[in-house]
Amino acid sequence: MIEISSKLEEGIYYIHVKGEVDASSSIHLDESISQATQNHKKILIDCRELEYISSAGLGVFMSYINELEDKDIRLVIYGLSEKVKHVFQILGLDQLLTIKSTEEEAKYIVDGI
Amino acid sequence: MFFLSLSFYHLEIGKSDITNINDLIWKIFVTGLIATIGSLITRYLLVVAQYKPALINKMLIFFIYDVNTGLLIIFLTSTFIVWKKLILYQKSKSLIRFWNTFEILLLLSLLLTFANYQPFDTIFNLILGLLVLLTIILSVNLKWVAYLNFKQKWKSILLIGLIMLYIWYYFVTISDLSNRFSLSLNLSENVTFLALFIFNILYAAFSILVLLFNLPTSSVFEQKLEEVINFQKLSQATNTKQDEEQICEILLESSISAVVASGAWLEIRKNNSVEKKVLYNKISEQRKNKIESDIKNHFKDKQVTPNPIQSSRKTQLTVDLRDEEFKSALILPLFVQDREYGELCLLKDLPDGFNKEMIEIIRSFVNQASISIENYQLIQEAIENERYKEELEIAKRVQGSLLPETLEKNSDFEMIAYSKAAAEVGGDYYDTYRISEDKIALIIGDVSGKGTSAAFHMSQMKGIFQSLSLLDLSVDEFIKKANKAVGNCLDKKSLITASYYIIDTNRKSIQFSRAGHCPTLYFNHQKNETKFFETNGLGLGILRNEKFDEYVEVYELNYAPGDIIFLYTDGITEAKNSKGMEFGYERLASHLEKYTLKPLEEIRDRLVKKIYDFCETQTPEDDFTIVLIKFN
Repeated sequence: MIEISSKLEEGIYYIHVKGEVDASSSIHLDESISQATQNHKKILIDCRELEYISSAGLGVFMSYINELEDKDIRLVIYGLSEKVKHVFQILGLDQLLTIKSTEEEAKYIVDGI
Repeated sequence: MFFLSLSFYHLEIGKSDITNINDLIWKIFVTGLIATIGSLITRYLLVVAQYKPALINKMLIFFIYDVNTGLLIIFLTSTFIVWKKLILYQKSKSLIRFWNTFEILLLLSLLLTFANYQPFDTIFNLILGLLVLLTIILSVNLKWVAYLNFKQKWKSILLIGLIMLYIWYYFVTISDLSNRFSLSLNLSENVTFLALFIFNILYAAFSILVLLFNLPTSSVFEQKLEEVINFQKLSQATNTKQDEEQICEILLESSISAVVASGAWLEIRKNNSVEKKVLYNKISEQRKNKIESDIKNHFKDKQVTPNPIQSSRKTQLTVDLRDEEFKSALILPLFVQDREYGELCLLKDLPDGFNKEMIEIIRSFVNQASISIENYQLIQEAIENERYKEELEIAKRVQGSLLPETLEKNSDFEMIAYSKAAAEVGGDYYDTYRISEDKIALIIGDVSGKGTSAAFHMSQMKGIFQSLSLLDLSVDEFIKKANKAVGNCLDKKSLITASYYIIDTNRKSIQFSRAGHCPTLYFNHQKNETKFFETNGLGLGILRNEKFDEYVEVYELNYAPGDIIFLYTDGITEAKNSKGMEFGYERLASHLEKYTLKPLEEIRDRLVKKIYDFCETQTPEDDFTIVLIKFN
């Protein structure tokens, strides 16, 4: 089961992911990020309550890498648990996506420079 | 003459095979026709006799009389037989007993005439009385009347009326003739004859009365019959391969004819009011909407529940309307598989036009329709499941055929593998390729996703591995080119993790690169330690341009005897037990450490058992694969 909520605050688009991202629920994640990338340049994805992500979910993130670069969007994922972070690291996605531990760090990246 | 007519009588009894009421009525008509002809003949003869007194002599009179008698007896007996058929239309034991008694008595009385009893003495009266009594008892059996429709009833009334007329006419003629010419044989004083005569007339009279009184109710009977037929149509709908919409149409038509509605609609609301489909009958869409809003307003005024149209499954709604054409409405909801499916609304042009029986009938139609629809839906689901299962079977076979049957071997090392696919087809893959006498390529990989698409991606990966390996590329070249090839095969959201190894038995080296796959586990015999090689590398398909190449890393090491390489997929490390805890990397490493001196088969089998025990199941959620190589 997955719960995704989003809000716009101080010019930053927040996506909050709670639960598990598997093949069926990855569609919702996809929709959410797609909506975000259409109109916003600063996106933060709060994964503090993300328990598990399957290859389908990772594929969703992966599919936006080019778009992020083309549209010059700053997207930061933060709050990953060790377990989930490890999954990103094995695949090498941590080198292509910006991953931070805390919300402050994430906000700093997105706002700064 | 008399005996001649008797023989006719026996002949007639032979003709008794038609049982259809329509044919019986026809037979009655034919009999009547014969009687008419006979009557005409006698009439003619009489007239002739009157005008030519010279021709009158005893022989002629006898002749006429005998012909008349003969015809009459034929007529009477054939009518007798037809009546017998009608009385015995619905047989019962007691009925048959009565009838047999009647026939026996009749035969007895026939014998009596030879005994020459005087008319109207005691025995005569006794027998006659008994026969009449039996006649009355038997005449009550008129069940066949109910099975005729309105038109047929009228026809029967007419024909039977005519028959009665004939019988009476004959009786009069015969008695008149015999009295006039004082003939010895007077049929009107014969028991059998009288009994037959009385029987025929009485039964005819009863029939006409019952037919007359049943005329008003014949329409009800016909309607009941039609309802049964419609009901059967609905329940047979699944057998005759009707789809949902056709079942709804049958329901609508049957309901309309059952209550004689002047207009109706059936609204189908599947998927919770997302799709709406309405079947109309004698009513336009605007009218329907208008009436619907009328009904809603009607209930708003009375302050009943906010949406009474979506009523509970047990209740129906009858409403009196203030429309010009439709004065009352009956609304019934249709439920399929415990979910609301739609609504049937019937309209009549009279106020309060739906009585309790009508509502019951419509309710039984609606129930039957919902059963039929449910059956149809269940059958469709079953067919879908079959198709899906078939697909899975094919994909499983594809997957099985892609894994190598035999693994490469060398004097320098031995290799074993184990792969178990999850209940649904997965994407684990491993393969070997002998590049040259000293070099062997090895790959282990995992395709993202499950099901048939994963199996297909796996076969693409095999193709890429087999073709690129034979080019004897360096490890990083292989990975870079594999990424390009894979990028063209996969869809946007898929990726393949892989680790590619080249074992050079000449140089005793292993070169490898890790493309997003689980880190290789290596046991160094000399140092007696296990280690994970966490080298860098992106999964194949993540970056589908040259930028990918920047992330490729190659690692090289020299192996020594006793060393073990352990390749695996994430199905092992991510295997969860009932508490949600993962098997993890440490457990894997410590397991290998424990059994490094054991033969490979034993390491493998113990590990497999350990995983199953950990997960407390024989059917893992994800596929897992093990490839073990030990160097000699």
